[in-house]
Amino acid sequence: MTDPLSEPVADVAGASGYDAHPPRVGFFTDTTVCIGCKACEVACKEWNLVPDDGFDLLGMSYDNTGMLGANSWRHVAFIEQPARTGAESGQEFRWLMASDVCKHCTRAGCLDVCPTGALFRTEFGTVVVQPDICNGCGYCVSACPYGVIERRDGDGRAWKCTLCYDRLRGGLEPACAKACPTDSIQFGALDELRVRARQRVEALHEQGVAEARLYGESPDDGVGGQGSIFLLLDEPEVYGLPPDPVVPTRDLPRMWRYAALAGVAMLGAIVAAFQEGRRR
Amino acid sequence: MAEAHPVGFQWVMEAKARGARVIHIDPRFTRTSAVADAYLPVRAGSDIALLGGVINYILTREKDFREYVLAYTNASVIVTEEFRDTEELDGLFSGYDPDSGSYDARSWRYEGMESTDPPGAEDTAHARETGSGPAHGSGGPRLARPAPSPRTDPTLQHPRCVYQILKRHFSRYTPEVVAEISGLPAERFLQLCEDWTANSGRERTTSVVYAVGWTQHSVGVQMIRTAAIIQLLLGNIGRPGGGIMAMRGHASIQGSTDIPTLFNLLPGYLPMPSAGVHTSLTRYLDSFIGDKRKGFWRNADAYFISLMKEFWGDAATKDNDYCFDYLPRLTGDHGTYRTTMDMIDGKVSGYFLHGQNPAVGSAHAKLQRLAMANLDWLVVRDLTMIESATFWRDSPEIETGEIVPAECRTEVFFFPAAAYTEKAGTFTQTQRMLQWREKAVEPQGDQRSELWFFYHLGRLLKERLADSTDARDRPIQDLTWNYEVHGDEPSAASVLRAVNGYDLTTGTVVSGYMDLKNDGSTSCGCWIYSGVYADGVNQAARRVPRDPDDPTSPALEWGWAWPYNRRILYNRASADPQGRPWSERKKYIWWDPDLGENGQWTGRDVPDFERTKPPSYTPPEGAAGPAALRGDDPFVMQADGKGWLYVPTGLHDGPLPTHYEPQESVLANALYGQQANPTRKVYAREDNPYNPSPGGGGDPEVYPYVVTTSRLTEHHTAGGMSRQLPYLAELQPEMFVEVSPALAAERGLQHLGWATVVTSRTAIEARVLVTDRLTPLRVAGRVIHQIWLPYHWGTVGLITGDSANDLFGVVLDPNVLIQESKVATCDIRPGRRPHGPELVALVDGYRRRAGVIVGTRRAGPLARAGEGTSTHLGSVEASEEDAG
Repeated sequence: MTDPLSEPVADVAGASGYDAHPPRVGFFTDTTVCIGCKACEVACKEWNLVPDDGFDLLGMSYDNTGMLGANSWRHVAFIEQPARTGAESGQEFRWLMASDVCKHCTRAGCLDVCPTGALFRTEFGTVVVQPDICNGCGYCVSACPYGVIERRDGDGRAWKCTLCYDRLRGGLEPACAKACPTDSIQFGALDELRVRARQRVEALHEQGVAEARLYGESPDDGVGGQGSIFLLLDEPEVYGLPPDPVVPTRDLPRMWRYAALAGVAMLGAIVAAFQEGRRR
Repeated sequence: MAEAHPVGFQWVMEAKARGARVIHIDPRFTRTSAVADAYLPVRAGSDIALLGGVINYILTREKDFREYVLAYTNASVIVTEEFRDTEELDGLFSGYDPDSGSYDARSWRYEGMESTDPPGAEDTAHARETGSGPAHGSGGPRLARPAPSPRTDPTLQHPRCVYQILKRHFSRYTPEVVAEISGLPAERFLQLCEDWTANSGRERTTSVVYAVGWTQHSVGVQMIRTAAIIQLLLGNIGRPGGGIMAMRGHASIQGSTDIPTLFNLLPGYLPMPSAGVHTSLTRYLDSFIGDKRKGFWRNADAYFISLMKEFWGDAATKDNDYCFDYLPRLTGDHGTYRTTMDMIDGKVSGYFLHGQNPAVGSAHAKLQRLAMANLDWLVVRDLTMIESATFWRDSPEIETGEIVPAECRTEVFFFPAAAYTEKAGTFTQTQRMLQWREKAVEPQGDQRSELWFFYHLGRLLKERLADSTDARDRPIQDLTWNYEVHGDEPSAASVLRAVNGYDLTTGTVVSGYMDLKNDGSTSCGCWIYSGVYADGVNQAARRVPRDPDDPTSPALEWGWAWPYNRRILYNRASADPQGRPWSERKKYIWWDPDLGENGQWTGRDVPDFERTKPPSYTPPEGAAGPAALRGDDPFVMQADGKGWLYVPTGLHDGPLPTHYEPQESVLANALYGQQANPTRKVYAREDNPYNPSPGGGGDPEVYPYVVTTSRLTEHHTAGGMSRQLPYLAELQPEMFVEVSPALAAERGLQHLGWATVVTSRTAIEARVLVTDRLTPLRVAGRVIHQIWLPYHWGTVGLITGDSANDLFGVVLDPNVLIQESKVATCDIRPGRRPHGPELVALVDGYRRRAGVIVGTRRAGPLARAGEGTSTHLGSVEASEEDAG
């Protein structure tokens, strides 16, 4: 039986009703060349006028941003890994850096649950909140399997990366990708980025970097493939990414079936209970 | 480099993507280490031992690029019998005078050079006072009577030839000794040697990149020279992919040494004349040109006279020595640190600060604040009210009572400065490339450009003095000050044209410094920049990117590099002596016999050589200037056309680099009886105490740890441009100290807790980051812990904290007078620091236990030198960046 909520979506913008539209765009973040300069975080805030997130020393290596949220649409994680001198590894001390961002999912939980239509799918296949429509209900916050979207304190509305929708419409690449000095953040047509990402992993494997892997690249995953894909050097959990993200709405049909089944069962139980009672 | 120069680091990453191997050497694991192929931790201040070990490896295994070394360096030159090496004199070279703490360099000369004429060393102590190292100009020091060519031994076997001297000098820098001093295990050191030598030669080249923290040592110049010796031995100079790259600390710091803010230099590295020595124009010019000098520096009289014509126009005539007497004269040291101490001593009444924040950014920042509190007036031009404008009301000295706001007599004038987006002009970056930028927006409010400030200051001074009959006002009355002005803003382009220079007979711009004359018929504000306005076109504004299909293209039409738009200096060395490329792979500049009438130099870059001089050219008897250079002398500015492995004259601390311990160290010098650089400049003053070192009296172990500082990507130097910006402040919001887990356990430090770092100057507090990025090192049979501090914090801004530079004392490299602010000793203890009198008591207690005797000379067998030289010493304008 085909399930429209879990089948791969070839044309996400088309499926949202755009007849003629540009190719779906996204990010490929190659963490192996990230130098942790945080230019992406600053460029994002400068362009999108995102407020600062407070001046707190977190002690998480050089990460004082902590996580994505209403006031941090890019977040560079710093992971210090002590030398592993075990027999199988012998790996030296590593300092991993990775710039995280909204995944602009093929099946976007935030978009699915938004009751006001504030969240919408753009012609570029990205997912954007319209602040003038958002009523701050917060359903999207719990619907995001990555914890990306968040309500802003003192404002109440939900905010997240727009993939610089205004820049895209002006023919420009997003601010973070533009500012990235080492091309760790690459912007482009998602199909091309996927090819590039696979080639990069193969090249790294050939160079002996066996731990290189892609994250969010497969259209078969729990969100139908991410619009922002990542090349990682360790398990996703190490970077603070969920290992197997699933859009909550994927289970809706099954949940409805279970609910219907439960309803029938309950009904049966009630009937049975009454009949039992009558017999006495 | 990834930490402090992330944008420039993109090219390293690009090279890496194309197969380059990146090796990072640093006391601490940084963002650069994170993406490097290898990271080598070392003890701060052990660089000469490490790199000297590489030289020893190269020479003992004969890994040098022999053909290059023979033809292009002074390896075969024979040195006089009088020379004695540090191996013979336990860490001193011949000619040392312990009373003045300086060398008489005569015994270092080449055999055959006259000993009666020690160039630039008429008075070695004076030379050191005035930071005369860079004053030899782009030409390097002159050689006395180098013609006919000095005696050489092309077999390199003569015991007194440079090659053999070098070999003996570094023979004890074995892998074991390197490990003993630097803490880098021998096998990792050998891997470095193998990588470096395997990647050098005909087919391959290796580049050395350093950030200017490398200069901030009492042996800073010699550290970089050690790298230069390796690069010359391996044939990595003047060739694509080679060289030594200095990552400068600000956008145009290269520019501010080319057209200097240094007390001892005039534009284009012409020396500033000295009182009593350069009594006439002839004597001045003779002191650095000499009648028989080879190379292009021979024409420096044309460069200098054209500069005088730019300064004083028609008033500068042959009859008045082109106004030579209008120039101020050096009477000693007038650099930053000397000036600071003179302020404290009441000898300086006014001070201008432009884009510099010494209250946070200079070594011994407390000394800087106390000095500025003792002025009549202080002008601060900056983007915001930085600590150097507010020290009188919020510095730590208020709490201790050392500065009393109600009594502080300094009147501070704050002038808001225009940001780089609000003014037009050029930046000169590390590759000597000038890049023009347009004004993007109008400056707001009272913000104005530097050009505006100085133009109108000069204009007002001229107006005020217009009717003066006092002879001392003539230099200002005669100053040419006729730049184009749009509204009230002077035109930066018109200034750049004046810098480029004019032919005064036709009124047109000259096309380069070869057009400059010594007869007063040309003017030029900075001879090395001459050509930036060639053909009346602003060459610095060109923006033709490199061909994307040719990643090795030098992109000659992007901006303009001095001299003559050459992208690699001394690129004649990229061809062999016969003028052929060393290899197809490294082809760059070569001799094409079919070009022009009798052949020409050609290639991918602008040849740094006379275009039509064939490789076979030999100079006629008695030739001088460029004509005296052979067709295979690539180092055209040097007095003998050669790269100097051994420096016969011109350096104040020896012809070869030698490992000395820093001023403050818990270790005795493992190689020599001489503990520290014998010619370093020490200021024995009560307000500038030093932590003890072995052999000098006192107990070094009271300050048992090594402290070093550097920058974070998220902040800029003294923080004036970053602590005020929320988007940067939130990324690194608090002052912190990095320690290894082992040191944290030893001293009871908690991650994210507080720690106090103590030296004999003061104590500061910081939050603790415990991290594996700092590694304890096994050195000299003991464990050495290093701690690291960023130096961006101060008392004003969105985020505030103690300043790391408060911890350092003032001790300087003798050649360029830069401060040793990248290594000192300290103690670290858990908890916050006390305030007010209790802070003073804490620091005093440490001093007493350590036996720090302030303000007096401490002599000892291992620290026998330099320590008595406490009168009128100082430093060059912290030459560039702050102490960071």
